[in-house]
Amino acid sequence: MRENPGEEDRNSGQVPKVRAEGFSFFYGKVEALRSLDLSVPENSLLTIMGPTGSGKTTFLKALNRLNDRVQGTHHTGSLLLNGEDVYGKGVDVADLRRRVGMVFALPVPLPMSIYENVAFGPRKQGISSKKRLDEIVEKALVSAAIWDEVKDRLDSSAEKLSGGQQQRLSLARVLAVEPEVILLDEPTSGLDPLSTMKIEELLRVLSRSYTVILVTHNPVQAARVQGEVAFFYMGELVEKGPASSMFVRPKDKRTEDYITGKFG
Amino acid sequence: MSRKEKFAEIALTVVGLTSVAVLALIIFFIFKEGSPALAHVGLGRFVGGTRWSPGKGQFGILPMIVGSFFVTFGALLTGVPLGLGCALYLSEFAPRKTAAVLKPLVEILAGIPSVVFGFIGLTVIVPLIRDHLGGPGFSVLASAIVLGVMILPTMVSISYDALRAVPQVYREGMLAVGANQWQTVTSVVLPAARPGILAAGILSMGRAVGETMAVIMVAGNATIIPVSFLDPVRTLTSNIALEMGYATGLHRQALFATGIVLFVIIGALNILARAFIRSR
Repeated sequence: MRENPGEEDRNSGQVPKVRAEGFSFFYGKVEALRSLDLSVPENSLLTIMGPTGSGKTTFLKALNRLNDRVQGTHHTGSLLLNGEDVYGKGVDVADLRRRVGMVFALPVPLPMSIYENVAFGPRKQGISSKKRLDEIVEKALVSAAIWDEVKDRLDSSAEKLSGGQQQRLSLARVLAVEPEVILLDEPTSGLDPLSTMKIEELLRVLSRSYTVILVTHNPVQAARVQGEVAFFYMGELVEKGPASSMFVRPKDKRTEDYITGKFG
Repeated sequence: MSRKEKFAEIALTVVGLTSVAVLALIIFFIFKEGSPALAHVGLGRFVGGTRWSPGKGQFGILPMIVGSFFVTFGALLTGVPLGLGCALYLSEFAPRKTAAVLKPLVEILAGIPSVVFGFIGLTVIVPLIRDHLGGPGFSVLASAIVLGVMILPTMVSISYDALRAVPQVYREGMLAVGANQWQTVTSVVLPAARPGILAAGILSMGRAVGETMAVIMVAGNATIIPVSFLDPVRTLTSNIALEMGYATGLHRQALFATGIVLFVIIGALNILARAFIRSR
């Protein structure tokens, strides 16, 4: 477990990496996020927990604007990355999505080799030097803690990997384009306990050099990965604080009910 | 098992076997009627012969085999890119509402009688080709264009379904590493949908090989081996449809034998195509 003494001090006076100010998000008339105020400092780990329909995924998909693909949505308030509105004019959405990488609940092995899965993003950015790509791929796979398992079969199909390996490969693919923020939407929901543990350890390590936002419906996972925890319920941020205190002394009755398993 | 259930099982088995039996009967009938001609003319001279002149006792169907091949190939050449492009637009780029209107419209094409396609080909496409490209107008090209449009509903609707079946997370996973929509489509969506798209191509091919009426109206139906896309052509199906009305004796048997050849070709194409898909 990693302790965070002095985290507030370290980040004081800086622009938060991610900040929502009165941010609401609507699918048609349904308000999926209600006037959210939240900030995430650079190089930290925030776990968003909450039951289905609490707006967790909506928040992630607003941050990298994957929600643009859904028709009939709109938002109010602002959502800032490095102090700049992600919905601002002149934002290059493809570049935003590169800077805000995302890993999904279902591992996404693209129908190509392990190497190409990781090299995909850098290639699309125009990197073509074989030597440079080799370096990027190795670095990403090492960071995603899967290098040792796949280094001898980089050319074999990614679809042959196990679920846990595929998920770490998905993470490597995101890391290969050097994002600033990494979003993970219930990344372990389809994995066995051992693979889950690997991913959780990995997140703690990654949060030293990246801003990591993990979404989970599982309060136990939120407690395990430590860092900051935010509890979302029905589109609202109910409570936010360090895992160490929230699970010991929740401030809100709903939080207490959720983490003690009364609902969710 | 209750008696009711037992009854339903037996009834369904009978119904199921009936459709298989119909197929078996058709095969049996075609072979029974056609094989005497094959025996009389000789398989090599029937399939390899270049002259079809029933009055003089000449039964070579090579021109029609080549004709069917040209027309089918031409139809795929026009219809597959068009159909795949249409499916891609509907599935990946069109707003949902637009797709919901356009897709049924494309499928309505399948309900238009083939004689209507033939008529449009006859009155519009044939004169266009004659005036601008030369030749009689009745040609491989005219058939390919008409058939290309006729296979669109098959091509569009099956490739569309294959494209929609690609999990949404594939697209999002790509977009999430900064790929744009076109890169996402070419590097992930199309490869993932490939088996379905190939299946669409095969079914379209089956439709093109088998279509008769529209082709008769625009192909010119001359029993010569076409050397250019502007030459008139006769397909295997046209050969049967055009002459069956008045054929007797050996001539009639030769038409059934044409059916046997057609049957074997279609069967072989299907097996090849399926093997090709499986090998992927």
